Amino acid sequence: MKKTKKIKVEDIGKANGKLTHTDPKDFMPLPPPYDNPENLPPWDPLKNSDSVEASLDDTIAVAIPKPKSKQEEEELVKKFLSGLEKLFTKENNWPFLQLLTLTMEHCAKCQTCSDACHIFEASGRNEVYRPSYRSEVLRRIYNKYLKPGGKFFGRWKHGPIDLNWTTVSRLAELSYRCNICRRCAQTCPIGVDNALITHELRKLFSQELGIAARELHEKGSMLQLRVGSSTGMNPLVVKDNMEFIDEDMTEKTGMKIETPWDKVGADVLLIHNAGEIMAWPENPGAFAVILEAAGVSWTLSSDIPAYDGINYGLWYDDFQLARVAIKHAQAAKKLGVKKIVVGECGHSTKSLMVIADRVLTGDLNIPRESAMTFLEDIVFSGKLKLDPSRNDFPVTLHDPCNMVRLMGIVQPQRRILKYICPKFREMTPCGVNNYCCGGGSGFAIMSGYNFQTWRNHISGRRKLQQVLNAFSDDLSPETHKYLCAPCSNCKGQLRDLLFAYDAWEKCGILYGGLVELIVNAMSDVNPGFIEWEWH
Amino acid sequence: MCAFRSPITHMCRCRERRHPEGETRMILTAALHVFSYAAFAVFVIAVAVRYHRIQSMPLHLRWDLYPVAHEGKRAHYGGSYFEELDWWTKPREFSLVGELKGMLPEMLFMKALWEHNRPLWFRSFPFHFGLYLLIGWAGLLLIGAIAEVAGVAVSSEGGVGALIHYLTILAGAFGFILSIIGAVALLHRRLTDEEVDGYTSPAHIFNLSLFILALAVGFLTYILADQTFSLARGYIRSLITFNLTTPIGSGAVAAEFLLFSILVAYVPLTHMSHFFTKYFFYHKIRWDDEPNFKGSRIEKEITQALGYRVSWSAPHLKADGKKNWADICTEEVDKEVREEAKKK
Ligand code: SF4
Ligand code: SF4
Repeated sequence: MKKTKKIKVEDIGKANGKLTHTDPKDFMPLPPPYDNPENLPPWDPLKNSDSVEASLDDTIAVAIPKPKSKQEEEELVKKFLSGLEKLFTKENNWPFLQLLTLTMEHCAKCQTCSDACHIFEASGRNEVYRPSYRSEVLRRIYNKYLKPGGKFFGRWKHGPIDLNWTTVSRLAELSYRCNICRRCAQTCPIGVDNALITHELRKLFSQELGIAARELHEKGSMLQLRVGSSTGMNPLVVKDNMEFIDEDMTEKTGMKIETPWDKVGADVLLIHNAGEIMAWPENPGAFAVILEAAGVSWTLSSDIPAYDGINYGLWYDDFQLARVAIKHAQAAKKLGVKKIVVGECGHSTKSLMVIADRVLTGDLNIPRESAMTFLEDIVFSGKLKLDPSRNDFPVTLHDPCNMVRLMGIVQPQRRILKYICPKFREMTPCGVNNYCCGGGSGFAIMSGYNFQTWRNHISGRRKLQQVLNAFSDDLSPETHKYLCAPCSNCKGQLRDLLFAYDAWEKCGILYGGLVELIVNAMSDVNPGFIEWEWH
Repeated sequence: MCAFRSPITHMCRCRERRHPEGETRMILTAALHVFSYAAFAVFVIAVAVRYHRIQSMPLHLRWDLYPVAHEGKRAHYGGSYFEELDWWTKPREFSLVGELKGMLPEMLFMKALWEHNRPLWFRSFPFHFGLYLLIGWAGLLLIGAIAEVAGVAVSSEGGVGALIHYLTILAGAFGFILSIIGAVALLHRRLTDEEVDGYTSPAHIFNLSLFILALAVGFLTYILADQTFSLARGYIRSLITFNLTTPIGSGAVAAEFLLFSILVAYVPLTHMSHFFTKYFFYHKIRWDDEPNFKGSRIEKEITQALGYRVSWSAPHLKADGKKNWADICTEEVDKEVREEAKKK
């Protein structure tokens, strides 16, 4: 609990040092073995932040350069206001206008949503991380500066706020302290959505001011559109890497694996998150093994950027989202496939299946399916010979928010796990009520300054607690346990989280995808697909 | 016969016909009637304008949030049609019963609050349920007034009139008691709970105070001056029959309806309009899972929206108000940079 004076909404505009501090002493306690402070990772303090905005809290995600003149300060504020105005016009923001207007106008400020937020809870209820804090800042600015009579009525209806460089720059940072997991929205008695405000704020900054987290924009969607993948792989490199994975899989499983590329007329275009190819090659490898064994007619595309399913625009920029989604659909159209199947990546699945559903028209509107349903059909079709006793170790499942809470794909992955993993157990809560891994909305790939420390200690804390609780019957490192996360982004976060807490060494917890468990249970491939090694 | 004679009690309420005090009262009575009509008009217009404004906004991108109540057998765990293989080839289940099962407990009993914020539910539920009862009370007053105009006596003595009589008293009495308890408890929370400290604006205090004042006046009027609500019914009757100068019979009842009229006009102008906008939050956002198929209405709307001209000015968009969504979303990024490089 904070003992210091409570931070007020209007304090965001007061330039007197940091708005808040994140003190590990305040953080939510963790179960054994992390109830012992010696087992906790250290908190890396923020360094070298003199030239960039760092006055929100003790970390940095966006890193806005500090202004060199009064004029620069004013320019930022002016642009922010013009962007805010555009958010409320149908021409500039038809995709979210109705949602945003409703959310801006109907919050009762009852704070029911607060308890739902893992970041707010894990931080020790730091006021600045309260789901409605950033919404309230924006609401007050909008009402004061853009509504008629706002100077008086804005304050009367919502309370005071001052718009200045400090407010705007802190707000930019604050829009990257929320996972956009929408757990808070689920609990709002009215239906107001604080995650939407985060989303719209990020958009405003990106689309009007050109400000976004580097990992999402320059090194993310821009790189993907230019080169083909946010990993930097161009078509030649990705094919080369997949060839290497095929060889590895052939050797490992004893099955001849050859990934088909650009096969015109294939039934299925599979789109992986290309991060898998780089960081977890056994995942695309396992997909190939399953599809070959099941006799599926499938292909990958080497068109830019159709071999990388990521679509970071989902979290910060509508145009970047649409640009990538359209290119994905164009690649599928060119190959004449019957459907696109999106690999184990929650945000890619949601971008292409749900969000882009109201972007793609005509011939580009090619049917799109999640890997979960697709795999469920294969697993229960009898085309694979499965021996569940090969998976005779404790397994739990992380529900990726994008795929589960935000798409309703809940049971297929569970039915598979219940079938092939005799020691499967649920986390609490699970399904659509799950907690975000703490890497949602791009955090998993953001590690600049000490942001990784922030996510390990704060945004990922609740998930770590859930995982430990799910395996609490035997946390000894000798018993190997598998945390199944059928999402590349979540895996990135879980890798960093488990590594920081040394959970493999201390508790024997390894993480991985769903297809690895399926291949591990296939009786006609060599045993031991899962190697129980930290990577 | 004296114009001020009460049609119910048959007692003359003016001590001396056409004395100055009586005329003033007549003017005030007429003014209150006009005020009530105006308040009702403001209510209807405000709701209609807000509804129209939201309804006429363009189609938005999907922003589903599960569970979605109309998903039929999958609704209880939050599943969707995306769980089906080749979902686009299957008939989509749309359960109206499911929607009702999702919506009614929320509307009537505030299920979300019960589940996620029990301490607040104990304050908010009596307030809201009390208001529902008072809306029912107002409806019963209207029905009673219409019955009286039609010649049916609304009193304790038998028949339909007695049913209306007793139901009105029940709805009114419980409505006032519950909503006052709730409103006071909510105000108390606003003033004392650290959780909402800093998020409470002058408008919150004003709104709740206005409710407490109106409800307290209504309750005291009921207890002290109008225990069968016959005077209240008389006022509604004079409203529906446009007898603007029909005496109200009690200053307290006049004050009660003055305050209620203010509330009726005020509520839809504030965030409390969530009493109907909640419909959009649920049906048009959380539960809007309608897929886009080729040739559908949705596709037409998307095509139209992609034609809107854009003025976002970030460098990667450079939208000057001439390019539209489709142009920007299909152009090559860094086109100019590449062309420049090619020239070199
Ligand atoms: S978003 Fe909903 S739950 Fe949160 S404060 Fe506003 S009304 Fe209450
Ligand atoms: S969306 Fe998730 S992270 Fe963001 S405020 Fe809501 S609960 Fe917290």
